[in-house]
Amino acid sequence: MSTSTHPETPSSGDTVENAIELQDVVGLSQGQIVRRRFFRHKGALVGLAALGGTILLAVTSVGIGPIPGWWMWTGYETGNPMSNPGGAPTLSLFPPAWGDHPFGQDELGRDIFARVMHGVQTSLMVMFVIGIVAGVIGVLVGAIAGFYRGGRDTALMRFTDLVITVPTIVIGAVIGKLSGQISAIVFAISLGLILWTTLSRLVRGEFLALREREFVDAARVAGASSGRIIFKHILPNAIGTIIVSTTLLMSSAILLETALSYLGFGITPPTISLGQMIQTYQQAFSTRPWLFWWPGIFIVIIALSVNFIGDGLRDAFDPRQKRIPSERKMANAMKADGSARGALTSTIPNQSGPMAGSGYGQ
Amino acid sequence: MLNFLLRRILAGLATLFVALFLMFVLVDAAIDPLQDLRESTAPNKAQLIAARIDLLNLDTNVVVRFFMWLGNLFTGDFGVAWRSMQPVKDLLVHAIGSTLQLVTAATILSLVIGVTVGIVSALRQYSGFDYGIIFLSFLLYSLPSFWVAVLLKQWAAIGFNDFLKDPVIAWSVIAGIAVVAGLFWSLAVGGRPARRWQVFGVAAVSTFAMFAYLQLSGWWERPQIGPILLLILAGGSAVAIAAVFAGVHNRRAMWTGLTTVGVGLALYLPMQVVFDSIDENNWIIFGLALLAMAVGFLIGRLYGGPDWGISARTGAAVAFITGGLIFIDQVMQVWPPYFKALSGRPIPTFGDRTPGLGGNYWVGVLDAFTHLLLPTATLVLIAFAAYTRYSRSSMLEVMSQDYIRTARAKGLPERAVVVRHGFRNTLIPLATIVPIDIITLIGGAVITEAVFARPGMGQLFVRSLNDAEIEPVMGYLLITATLAIIANIVADIIYASIDPRIRLDA
Repeated sequence: MSTSTHPETPSSGDTVENAIELQDVVGLSQGQIVRRRFFRHKGALVGLAALGGTILLAVTSVGIGPIPGWWMWTGYETGNPMSNPGGAPTLSLFPPAWGDHPFGQDELGRDIFARVMHGVQTSLMVMFVIGIVAGVIGVLVGAIAGFYRGGRDTALMRFTDLVITVPTIVIGAVIGKLSGQISAIVFAISLGLILWTTLSRLVRGEFLALREREFVDAARVAGASSGRIIFKHILPNAIGTIIVSTTLLMSSAILLETALSYLGFGITPPTISLGQMIQTYQQAFSTRPWLFWWPGIFIVIIALSVNFIGDGLRDAFDPRQKRIPSERKMANAMKADGSARGALTSTIPNQSGPMAGSGYGQ
Repeated sequence: MLNFLLRRILAGLATLFVALFLMFVLVDAAIDPLQDLRESTAPNKAQLIAARIDLLNLDTNVVVRFFMWLGNLFTGDFGVAWRSMQPVKDLLVHAIGSTLQLVTAATILSLVIGVTVGIVSALRQYSGFDYGIIFLSFLLYSLPSFWVAVLLKQWAAIGFNDFLKDPVIAWSVIAGIAVVAGLFWSLAVGGRPARRWQVFGVAAVSTFAMFAYLQLSGWWERPQIGPILLLILAGGSAVAIAAVFAGVHNRRAMWTGLTTVGVGLALYLPMQVVFDSIDENNWIIFGLALLAMAVGFLIGRLYGGPDWGISARTGAAVAFITGGLIFIDQVMQVWPPYFKALSGRPIPTFGDRTPGLGGNYWVGVLDAFTHLLLPTATLVLIAFAAYTRYSRSSMLEVMSQDYIRTARAKGLPERAVVVRHGFRNTLIPLATIVPIDIITLIGGAVITEAVFARPGMGQLFVRSLNDAEIEPVMGYLLITATLAIIANIVADIIYASIDPRIRLDA
């Protein structure tokens, strides 16, 4: 964000709210502004905490790869004695108790907590790999198409159209059937290879607009190569769009992964995935409902927190985003601090009266 | 325009060709038609394998096979599903019918609910209602559809069937529902505290009264609309439509709506006789719906006035709703025998019709309805979230435009500003999303169809891919890819026709 070139200067149309907003950001770098706005978004913070907690729980409890975790089961041992009749969960809130099998056991006596944690690990891994692969391809395709235009643009965009023609879940099913049996990581990479299209279109749009700006001309006059202009000058200015849509891409990726695994075209045993667990256990819904609840709840937690983080990032990166306090807060502030109003209006050019731009919500 | 169409169609055909070729190669690599034979222990295994290779031409190169398939396509031969030897064309025709039912119902419902809620949410930006809707749409958007579908199937279906066996709702539950409904409406309508309390009271009391009526009159056992409920429902929607789209002060539109309801009410009893005496099918019902709308339009035209167009449109909409209510009433009349025929468990969890049910047209429609209930609910829950988000952000964008300020400045009432200037422009971005969404749904209700075992397009694709039958898979892909390309062209044309700033011939 070092090359951010357009400080928000007040133009003639600026209004009272805008002035407050400008006072908020005076003397801050773009990164600081974004960070501030992000941390102001409560939903995003809760999402971040929930996602972080889930990752921590999933990684430490059953361990990662060869490193063992603190949890006593691995989720693969069969024939454990049932702690509760039928393998019901031992987790309880009143009194708070964790028990031997907090999420219960399946009909073979396997520990569901450990299985869900393995599934969460798989899903998170798939989500991040898809995010990285699709993000890199999307940015590259979009950047090249938008920056060079002409023949390369046409060719790349026709290629994008080609991938969009077939619904994602259909092409995902075919690719999943092809790669899911091999390993989860191959599955994730191949899904990433088809999910970059939306991102590439957005990035292309940004590049088409940014390449006409003066700072690009300046860089070219100073002798910068095309690669340098793309990566050092234009890309940092498009980073908002890229981060936001990659985040939203990841939340849809986790739903796609679980859906494909549910249909049987995704991750196959012995690797555990949340969608595959739901598929295995859906017949047991009436007898052992916990087998069905826990994997689903974790999918919802992950997808929901990623969506909220994405929303917070969108608010943080969008320069047009203004925080408009509620009418009640505004009235309270006016009542409590009459002097602030005087101070505020004196910094505003005369042409914008106190009612300008407040036409909304009357 | 013609030039644009021609160029787009040519580009679309080229894309279609390449996409089909790539998918053919991919699908061929993904499936293994010999798997079951390879794992079998039959003594003549080698012979069987050779026979199947011969049947499916597996020793030919995949590229050659693609062109053979394509060549057959041009002669109208879609191939066969080799395991059952059924022609793919028949399979596709059946599947499309089933999917269209599901997709039409789901799209219309989620569009109407989603756009309405999104716009109201945008108009009440930063209120409790708005935050509630934002959270709800995020939650619904994050739900895995297969999980919701299984949940509905295992929980809602069984629970509702149990409820119908002994349809009594506890009074405390009814009171709870009434309070929730009151809260919802008071938050949605907004305004000063006194007004909120008023709205809360009215909404809660009327919800309570409605449920009490349903309970005490034994409605759950013998659901029907009847003339009185028809008068209340149709009259209410007539007033609401006229008030929202024409304004309370537009007397002509209001009278048009009420007259149309009167005509519908007068026709209620004669229509019972008509329905009993003729042999209905979907086309007759469709024709009747068009006729009703024409009558409503005519009533509005006859009321005249300088702006008769809006009265006529109000009349047509009210006529459609009134006719729809009469239709639903007719369907409800076969509920008791249907309920008995299915031995008291009328909400099914799989398929798209009850085999060997018999009965007349109305029983068939009711049967289709009950089968549509849960899959539609699944699709609506998720599509609703997306449409709410689109329409909310689009409405927010529109309402901060200069022309809205101009409209307010020239003294238009807020209703006219929102409906004429805001609402119409909000629909522009939606018009480009909806055609593509519908097409994606036709091919992509894969999960919902799989969970509820509806024999639609998605199910056809999943089953054929699992059974290693390449020709049905390719038939499915041909249909969905063609429709996707057409949808994109249609979206562009719609966009250009409603937004005069866009020109296609540029």
